[in-house]
Amino acid sequence: MIVLEDVHKTYGRQKVLDGISFRIREGSVTTVIGTSGSGKSVLLRQMIGLEKPDSGTILIKGENIVNLSSRELNRIRRHIGVLFQEGALFDSLTVKENVAFPVREHLKLTEKQVQEIVDVRLTQVGLREHQDKLPAELSGGMRKRVGLARALALDPAIVFFDEPTTGLDPITRDVIYRLIEKTHAEDSRTYVLVSHDVGGVLRISDEVMMLRDGKIGWSGTPDEIRSTSDEAVRQFFTGSVNGPIRIE
Amino acid sequence: MSERAFATVYGPACMYGSLSRIGLLNVLRFLGSIPLGTVEALRFFVEEVGRMIVLLGLSAVWLLRPPFRGREFVRQLDFAGAQSVLLIVLTGTFTGMVFTLQTYNGMHRYGAEAMVGATVALGLTRELGPVLSALMVVARVGSAMTAELGTMRNTQQIDALTSMAVEPVQYLVVPRIFAVTLVLPLLALIFSFTGMVGAYFIASGWLGIDPASFMSGIRNYLGPEDITHGMIKAVVFGLMVSLVACAKGYYVTGGARGIGVATTRSVVLSSVLVLVSDYVMTSLMF
Ligand SMILES: Nc1ncnc2c1ncn2[C@@H]1O[C@H](COP(=O)(O)OP(=O)(O)OP(=O)(O)O)[C@@H](O)[C@H]1O
Ligand SMILES: [Mg+2]
Repeated sequence: MIVLEDVHKTYGRQKVLDGISFRIREGSVTTVIGTSGSGKSVLLRQMIGLEKPDSGTILIKGENIVNLSSRELNRIRRHIGVLFQEGALFDSLTVKENVAFPVREHLKLTEKQVQEIVDVRLTQVGLREHQDKLPAELSGGMRKRVGLARALALDPAIVFFDEPTTGLDPITRDVIYRLIEKTHAEDSRTYVLVSHDVGGVLRISDEVMMLRDGKIGWSGTPDEIRSTSDEAVRQFFTGSVNGPIRIE
Repeated sequence: MSERAFATVYGPACMYGSLSRIGLLNVLRFLGSIPLGTVEALRFFVEEVGRMIVLLGLSAVWLLRPPFRGREFVRQLDFAGAQSVLLIVLTGTFTGMVFTLQTYNGMHRYGAEAMVGATVALGLTRELGPVLSALMVVARVGSAMTAELGTMRNTQQIDALTSMAVEPVQYLVVPRIFAVTLVLPLLALIFSFTGMVGAYFIASGWLGIDPASFMSGIRNYLGPEDITHGMIKAVVFGLMVSLVACAKGYYVTGGARGIGVATTRSVVLSSVLVLVSDYVMTSLMF
């Protein structure tokens, strides 16, 4: 379970997170939505521990990661997978080596066992025959799939996705959503997504939260979104400039 | 009043007097007259140096903690060292040859041709070997390191390392700094040696200096302390060059343009540092 209580983050004079509180159920798929620049990526960075919030608590598996030393944080990070926006693959390593990287880092396995894990993960995302390519030789969608395979390599309890489908065509998007659904079903993992892909959000989420003015402005299930009277949420899902959300 | 007591009382009092004569207003006026750009530049400089010191400290800490990144270290040794050898041999040979011609030109006027070998040997081992190898490493290795680390930062590869519980300083920076610091003295030796080979051929083949007197000049005047002198310099250069290259890349901001700017600054700053610190070290060890 992930719990945030009153998390604040300011850059210079810009207040990006202004008292964020929520809980994410174990085993659920939760999506954070919000307009561009609303602070979704910043929120994600706090939850992964890449940055420390100015105040507030972030509980992951019962531990407040805000107060942890980097060594203790690393212990928790082993149970966390992250799919970065552009995949963030190591470009000097092949696809295979990228997926094997966290495995080699954290598990004492024979080369054969490492290869088995890599095979399983790459087959899962349908890229086994591309395992010897370098990231530069892949398309954007393929890179995200390799990123997903790498994020899942250590069988993490929690996986964070930063805009897993942004910039992809509708069919590749469908491929990614199917992968997310499939890999989520196989274990009782907790998935946290950041996205503004309206259709996909409604399709795969158990819970949706809307980030607005540095706060969680609304939260509910996809069904509740369809029937909500909240003007901001309706505006976001219909994609109109008319409504309470203003973009300067 | 003793002379000493007089000084302790009168000195500060006098200073206070002159300070008050300068006047607070004038001090403020002076501060106001410093152009804003100067303050900005000073702040930038302090920040920059601060970041490098922090990175050096972090690297020292992570160097001593397991796991040791043997594979990365070997990769950097290969990149910075083995792959630089050809360039060093080439530039070393030509430097030795031209240095011999110029030295002969001077010595010849005093009939001191026998000293050419010793002079070239001293110049190469104490000065040109370390300095020019360092500049070649800046151009070939430092620039590449800044660009590579900068790209990794920009494409979130460094964040990805952190998120996988891999300490990026330990994985990326420590092997680079350690490898370059270790390899530069060796490259400097190779530079000096090939420079001497080039010098030998020019001296004996073209200038008609007696090979035996060329060699005995070197034997008589070049001591182990000259080689140590050069090696100490090369170690310091290696540390500085790799630290600047890594810091510029590791802390890059601002997209592709930011990487370009960082790479240029990395090359310029490390070259200047090499030459300035070379003077400082030479004057200290003279
Ligand atoms: N390191 C930083 N320094 C200063 N400001 C930052 C930093 N990171 C983010 N911001 C600011 O925080 C705000 C939120 O940024 P964030 O990247 O979280 O947006 P986002 O919701 O992820 O948008 P998008 O959907 O476009 O990715 C932006 O206004 C940005 O300028
Ligand atoms: Mg974002």
